[in-house]
Amino acid sequence: MGSVEFRPIDLGMYMAWVVTIVLFLVMPLIFTSGFAISLLSQMGIMIVFALSYNVIFGQGGMLSFGHAVYSGLGAFFAIHALNWVGDGRLPLPVVLIPLVGGVFGAICGVVFGYVTTKKAGVPFAMITLGIGEMVHAAALMFPDFFGGEAGITTDRMVGTPFLGFTLGPAIQVYYLIVVWCVISMIAMYAFSQTPLGRISNAVRDNPERAEFIGYNTQRVRFFVLVVSAFFAGISGGLAAINFEIINAEQVSAIPSGAVLLATFIGGAMFFFGPVIGSVLFVLFAVALSEYTPAWQFYLGIFFVLMVMYAPGGVASILLLNLRVAKEGLFKALRMPYLRLVAGSVVLLAGVVMLVEMAYGLTLSLSIGTMVKLFGIEFDAARPTPWIIVVLLLGVGGWIFARVRRDFMRAWDSVNQEIEARAKQAGAGGAR
Amino acid sequence: MNALELVGVHKNFGKTEIIRGVDLAIPAGERHAIIGPNGAGKSTVFNLISGRFPLTSGSIRLHGQELSGRRPFEINRMGLSRSFQITNIFPRLSVFENVRCATLYSLGYRYSFWRRLSRLKDARDLAEDIVERIGLRARHDTQAGLLTYAEQRALEIGVTLATGANVILLDEPTAGMSTSESERMVELIRRVTEGKTLVMVEHDMSVVFGLADRISVLVYGQVIATDGPERIRGNAAVQEAYLGTTLTES
Amino acid sequence: MEFFLISLLNGISYGLLLFMLASGLTLIFSMMGVLNFAHASFYMVGAYLAYQIMTTMDAALPGVGFWIALVLAPVLVGVLGALVERYGLRRVHRWGHVPELLFTFGLTYIMVEMVQIIWGRSTVPYVVPEALDGSLFTLFSTRFPTYRGFMMAVAVLMLFAIWLLLTRTRFGMVIQAALTHPDAVEALGHNVPRVFMLTFGGGCALAGLAGVIGGNAYVTEPSMGMQLGTILFVVVVVGGMGSLAGAFYASLLIGILQTFAIGLDWSGIDLLAMLGLQVDRDTFGYSVWSLTLPQVALMLPYLLMVLMLIVRPRGLMGTREN
Repeated sequence: MGSVEFRPIDLGMYMAWVVTIVLFLVMPLIFTSGFAISLLSQMGIMIVFALSYNVIFGQGGMLSFGHAVYSGLGAFFAIHALNWVGDGRLPLPVVLIPLVGGVFGAICGVVFGYVTTKKAGVPFAMITLGIGEMVHAAALMFPDFFGGEAGITTDRMVGTPFLGFTLGPAIQVYYLIVVWCVISMIAMYAFSQTPLGRISNAVRDNPERAEFIGYNTQRVRFFVLVVSAFFAGISGGLAAINFEIINAEQVSAIPSGAVLLATFIGGAMFFFGPVIGSVLFVLFAVALSEYTPAWQFYLGIFFVLMVMYAPGGVASILLLNLRVAKEGLFKALRMPYLRLVAGSVVLLAGVVMLVEMAYGLTLSLSIGTMVKLFGIEFDAARPTPWIIVVLLLGVGGWIFARVRRDFMRAWDSVNQEIEARAKQAGAGGAR
Repeated sequence: MNALELVGVHKNFGKTEIIRGVDLAIPAGERHAIIGPNGAGKSTVFNLISGRFPLTSGSIRLHGQELSGRRPFEINRMGLSRSFQITNIFPRLSVFENVRCATLYSLGYRYSFWRRLSRLKDARDLAEDIVERIGLRARHDTQAGLLTYAEQRALEIGVTLATGANVILLDEPTAGMSTSESERMVELIRRVTEGKTLVMVEHDMSVVFGLADRISVLVYGQVIATDGPERIRGNAAVQEAYLGTTLTES
Repeated sequence: MEFFLISLLNGISYGLLLFMLASGLTLIFSMMGVLNFAHASFYMVGAYLAYQIMTTMDAALPGVGFWIALVLAPVLVGVLGALVERYGLRRVHRWGHVPELLFTFGLTYIMVEMVQIIWGRSTVPYVVPEALDGSLFTLFSTRFPTYRGFMMAVAVLMLFAIWLLLTRTRFGMVIQAALTHPDAVEALGHNVPRVFMLTFGGGCALAGLAGVIGGNAYVTEPSMGMQLGTILFVVVVVGGMGSLAGAFYASLLIGILQTFAIGLDWSGIDLLAMLGLQVDRDTFGYSVWSLTLPQVALMLPYLLMVLMLIVRPRGLMGTREN
């Protein structure tokens, strides 16, 4: 090997696939509660959605604020199809319903994609926002199809059970989601290794140059959008089966924003990034939301910090550290990491306390001002907890600022070492 | 029929006339250089030919077919390919992928998403061949954004070539290079444009005189002379255009 | 006739409010290439701050609160914007426009949540001050509120002030130059980071001012920025990105269009009836024909945008696209 290859996809790529699939299969055996199964199912759905988003975002370079149009409309078509199965009008096995979602997602991709891909870059982003809002507004205008405010409901235990599975128990739905998730993941990965997939990378990197090698970039983006919309539709179909209800919110800016957050936080530059991001996002949105009303605030802060300091997402952080470990240099980072974590914990405790108490004060004026944190109860109306907050923030902030500086110094020196080694290898090696 | 023909080409940006009537006829297989002082409009001419800018008036013909009004990708599909003065590659793709991408359309793979890239033998072989010829075999899998400047310029030429075009436009291929790097680049260009029509914009006179069959001199948007290298060297108007700088090179 | 004039006036006042926001957005975009996704959130903060100032001040000096808020709130929002640029956006600037857009996108979430932390989740009673409450004149039988007139006056004054700034001051000249040739401006040695900070802060201050006068005319609640934000982007796309004049025409167009649509209770059925076609519940596409204009009003700006994209992609007066 003559040169440094920052090709993290190669770094245990096969291992990553195997580990992921095994985890999917094994998780519900470890976390058996109903809440956990529901959480895992939602993660599975989100993974398909986020991966579909990354087809246009990370791989195609198209920032969209309205991707929920495809997943949501796919969900609506799927739920109606499911109701038709229940009525006996459609002899389709329920396990194939997500495919209905996918097909209609793709059709919507053709219709809306034609308009949206006329532009690229920032104008494209704004247009997707507008189209998203338009579809959302339209959803409330046609109650026959969209069910108005209440939405459309269904029953998934209809038709002939497939191989004996009725899809009644949540665990069966989970494994159905796993199957579709794995199929979609493999399909989307395969797509990235086709001529269209690779050219979309080129269009992302340099759209002008792509034109000069013979490609109509607008057409490339259009096709890629349709492919992405197909998989988004599949995630919508899975949602229809899982929740048995779909309403206008599914095409709104909320899931559109959510999938963007999830994909970016996970890491748009790597195929597995959105998988990580989806897991994290569902943890924030479904698990954390059980404990605090401030979860969206925390998520927003997390996202902005990622944009500012780690635009490659969690995946990039993991892979950079793996690279350090591979070079055998991780020892130099152990102490700085420990100190960084310690400082962060103190600072974080202060921030969380501040936020929770502030929420407690303004939101629960009728309930009272008690806030339960880490098992201890604080009365947000009294001064003592606030003094603690100030102390935590002050001390934590000071510690954090110092350990961060030390850590960055250690990190930079480690990475410089790695790059120096790579240069040497590159200069010396020749095939 | 000439490979490339410019007839009465004018280009205005707003009220400013940049190209003020250019006529050029380049036969197939010729190596043609366009030189001229800064601001003469050389890159603009390239941009007009390759479809990056629309013509204000006049006509540009490639193998007799009209180019003006066509989009860059159409022009490329007709057999013309260009490189850029400011390196314009795909930074996150590897060297090999950069070149392979450029081969795909002309080999007929277009927008296909049902074929696996790794199975496409002709694309792979062609790309490997070009990577070898531009001397970047050792950097085969390196991300293009991480290459040195000279390596990127070589890649730039490789990508331009890989499209299989037979009319190649090179925009200042040796810009910013040292003498030895330039010499290597000249060798490379001579090698890889064997049998093709080459039009080159250059500032470096040794490069120009080493490669070109004919030279056109562009000054203030007009061609003031088109001739063989020796005659251009001795042309008084050309020398004057360069404000007293003589064109004698060792 | 009465309906037409009143709707026209209302539409213009709404359009001018839109333009107040769109102008700040366009200035920031043209100057810095950054699309400030959080622009409508600064509008929201302006309204909330005005509410707070007004309520606090009125306790001490009744009647004066609003006027203090009118001056103070935009300044505070501008300072907030400048700080955001200095400590946040600037860091992301070097990575390009998409990360900048993502940063402002995340900022929206945070700002909405922070407003909820401080002022709660429900609507706050930010009201029109007594001095401006009432009707300016009566057109036929409809009263035209004084406050609407005030809004239009402020908007026009602000426009005029921007025009003066851009064409008569040195700073304005720099901005004008940077609107079309940012690199040249930088090469000429202007302290571009400082200009960026001032521009971003200034644009946000404009949004804050819009919030001060719009928040009590419409409703002041945490979601006030969301819908307006999307319409804002439609305005910019329809008007042509980077064009102040385009933003002006598009704002008025959309403002008037929506206001008229909400007021005209026509439906497709009426249209078909005019052509002599009878439509009832069983007719194919009834759900489409039975839609009334007010119902569709929400969607009209987006339909306009789609139409514009198909017919004239660069917008009414599009110039820079980046």
